[in-house]
Amino acid sequence: MKQIGRELPRLEARAKVSGRAEYTHNLRLPGMLYGKIFRSTVPHGVIRRIETATAKALPGVHRVATGEDIRKLIPEPYYGPAFHDQPILALDKVRYVGEPVAAVLATDPHVAEAAAQLITAEYDELPAVYDELAAMRPDTLVHEVLRPAGTFADLKHLQGRKGTNVALDYHLRRGDAANAFAKAHRVFEHTFKTQQCLHLPFEPHVAVAEPGDERLTIYSSNQTPSFVRIEIARLFGWPENRVRVKVPYLGGGYGSKVYVKLEALVAALAMLVRRPVKIALTMEEQFYMITKHPTTFRIKSGVDKDGRIIARACEVYWNGGAYADIGPRVTQKSGFTAAGPYDIENVSIDSYALYTNRTPAGALRGFGVPQLVWGYESHTDLIARELGMDPVAFRRKNLLRDGRPQASGTVLRDAALGEVLDALVARIGWNAPFDRGSGTLRCGRGVAIGLKASISPTTSVAVVNVSADGSVYLYKSTVDMGQGGDTAFAQIVGEVLDVKAEEVRVVAPDTDVTPYDMGTLGSRSLFHMGNAVRLAAEDARAKLRALAAEAGLPEGTNYPPVEIFKKRYGMQAGNVIGTGSFVPNYKPPDAQTGQSDNVTPFWMVGGAAAEVEVDTETGHVRILRLINAADCGKLINPAVARTQLSGAAIMQLGFTLSETMQLDGGQVTNASLADYKIPGIGDVPPMENELVAAEQHSGPFGAKGLGETGTFGVSPAIANAIHDAVGVRITELPITAEAVLRALRGKAGRPLEDE
Amino acid sequence: MSARTISFRLNGESVSTAIEPHRNLVELLQRFDLFGARESCGQGLCGCCTVLVDGKAVSGCLYFAVWADGKTVTTVEHLDADGALSHVQEAFIACGAFQCGFCTPGFVLMTHQLLEANPDPSDEDIRHYLSGNLCRCAAYPEIVAAVKRAAKAAGTSAGQ
Repeated sequence: MKQIGRELPRLEARAKVSGRAEYTHNLRLPGMLYGKIFRSTVPHGVIRRIETATAKALPGVHRVATGEDIRKLIPEPYYGPAFHDQPILALDKVRYVGEPVAAVLATDPHVAEAAAQLITAEYDELPAVYDELAAMRPDTLVHEVLRPAGTFADLKHLQGRKGTNVALDYHLRRGDAANAFAKAHRVFEHTFKTQQCLHLPFEPHVAVAEPGDERLTIYSSNQTPSFVRIEIARLFGWPENRVRVKVPYLGGGYGSKVYVKLEALVAALAMLVRRPVKIALTMEEQFYMITKHPTTFRIKSGVDKDGRIIARACEVYWNGGAYADIGPRVTQKSGFTAAGPYDIENVSIDSYALYTNRTPAGALRGFGVPQLVWGYESHTDLIARELGMDPVAFRRKNLLRDGRPQASGTVLRDAALGEVLDALVARIGWNAPFDRGSGTLRCGRGVAIGLKASISPTTSVAVVNVSADGSVYLYKSTVDMGQGGDTAFAQIVGEVLDVKAEEVRVVAPDTDVTPYDMGTLGSRSLFHMGNAVRLAAEDARAKLRALAAEAGLPEGTNYPPVEIFKKRYGMQAGNVIGTGSFVPNYKPPDAQTGQSDNVTPFWMVGGAAAEVEVDTETGHVRILRLINAADCGKLINPAVARTQLSGAAIMQLGFTLSETMQLDGGQVTNASLADYKIPGIGDVPPMENELVAAEQHSGPFGAKGLGETGTFGVSPAIANAIHDAVGVRITELPITAEAVLRALRGKAGRPLEDE
Repeated sequence: MSARTISFRLNGESVSTAIEPHRNLVELLQRFDLFGARESCGQGLCGCCTVLVDGKAVSGCLYFAVWADGKTVTTVEHLDADGALSHVQEAFIACGAFQCGFCTPGFVLMTHQLLEANPDPSDEDIRHYLSGNLCRCAAYPEIVAAVKRAAKAAGTSAGQ
């Protein structure tokens, strides 16, 4: 039976609808202590004193630890994927409100929480910087010296750099942009901004560390078990095999649970007290863990008389908060697509990762690309309107086609840009007349399309184990956080070995058992791990055939595995172990020009078309229709793929219309679901999703990743539709009714008073 | 704070335990190794902690454990007590009405309550009734489809 293309329910469906699915959230171990974190109340300051005696005296408190206690255990207690800049608990300085300063351990979490509230700290407050443009000036320094992780060759030159908040500056130069701007018929320049928002998985970050004899087991709701193992081992100066990381299902991730989050803290505390330690964040505490980069994007285009874009210059400033996390990688690995999916001869891109005194920012469903698409598709629409060209015709004229080089110099392959744009146009009926509304209710339409590269080069390893009765196991460290990875990989194994996918036992990530995977992030898994799984299954199939030959069975006959094992070993015994390892070819971009002829193993293409109704009296925007289209390659499981696309688009609707972290003096003032509005069931507009027919030739059975693709086009499609409806341009997210009303009143010459 | 002994019906069995008055229903259920009701937002806004008390849905994170004394408490784990999933659970699977699954027990229990109150709900009825449950993976269109499928399945079996 064919397994690829089956609309198979997720393997863990029954466990999830019956409330029995295993999450780290549920875990309790004998003798376990609960940790609660005491956090900084100032955005930037030198730590003068931390008073913990009162907390320690509370009955039921086992231990209170500060950064200095951690330093006695781990001499260099700094972690991070790109920079080793984040202390496990604050040392010397605090850099944002909410930064962990001390931790209380108690047998009861309520006692730990009560004790944490008895801790006090004194700081010598320093001036703080919150804005990414302000951080470009070295007036207020968040870090005294840059501490890049030694593992990345392209970051080594930053080692020891002082007097700057720029963690990483990335540059791309293609052609001669300055010369082309001088020759251009028209030049357009705009600035777009995005807000700080966050992932908010409903299973907030949670981790448990269980100390053993000179070794540790960590149970965590984490998207990168292999990385956690390596990083915790590095902190303790241990070999990898003394750290075991186990990850059950995740109650959501969306990029918030990549790399080390709580794991270093629980590991250090567990080693301090020699007992298992669990820390589970509250919903509120997630606002102090990891967020999405606010950005300022300055974009300038030169257009010739025929409406062709001949030059584009992009400056992107990524507000990374107090610790770099994966921000430098976002700056670079997404930065190079800042000029958009267009065929432009002359491009310059300057992209900056900045430290500020905010909650750190990382990757959120798109690795920075949604912020870029917001800017370049709003800008592209404005140009079309200024030129009096149809926005779709203008895009079609300039769109990159397969076989043409993207700004990085890498030639586009298997990127269905034209097909996705065509699907949007056809579904919304772009060329047909529609009701533009009347009176105070005006309607408009907008379209937007985005392109994303995969983070490269990254490695995935898989093991397929055929038991003597022919039943099959798959071992891989890709995490199933709801995206359906386990099911898709089982379908790939099933297809190769001719077994039903639901009969493949997919072993949950456990680094003592499951092999290395770079991480479940950036829509990389279906492509990278999918290829590794396919190779492992093919290896197992080849080994089964070899076993049949050893057993003296005639070549080409179709004996079931159980017969082969019996014949070879005389009884139901033995295993066949197939292994697969995948790392794509890659050429690092030139340090000066950012040029490379192989910068990504595949491209993701996603777009949206929106029809909106704007109330000109209130600024309220109602989405009448939202079309999402994407190139997801060949579909392994169409039902799961559609839900991924639709879920990503609805999530992005929240980031477009309502979600924003409000800051007052560095303090988040709306850190709860009551005050930070995410989309509910009543906020879903009439929506259509289309997965265009496409194939990723280098992907497993033609497949590619799709977890992020649905987010790309939503925000600019809506802003473009609002412009179409009422002639005002919103340049900053989120698009609240107030923002629209301000723009309308400004246009009418009756501006609203400032707050 | 001193613990109080409470007795209640839990998923069809009579149980008794001593619990401090500040603990909530989710914590109480964890003592019985029931983890399907999950505290997430802690404010009664997300519905992940939905539990039925005397047949009515409550937010377990806002419901003091001691209030369960003398009551009948039903959790998502009880729906397939006879070994078969409920028609609502089957419909959620058939429609793929979840991704990470963390909020799913709450949606499933609320859907049971909805279909008892209104066996043939419109899309608007469904959205209104489930507005107190949030899904960060945003499987909302699939959830609406699942509720309608469950309603249809219930109607079919009732007619037989």
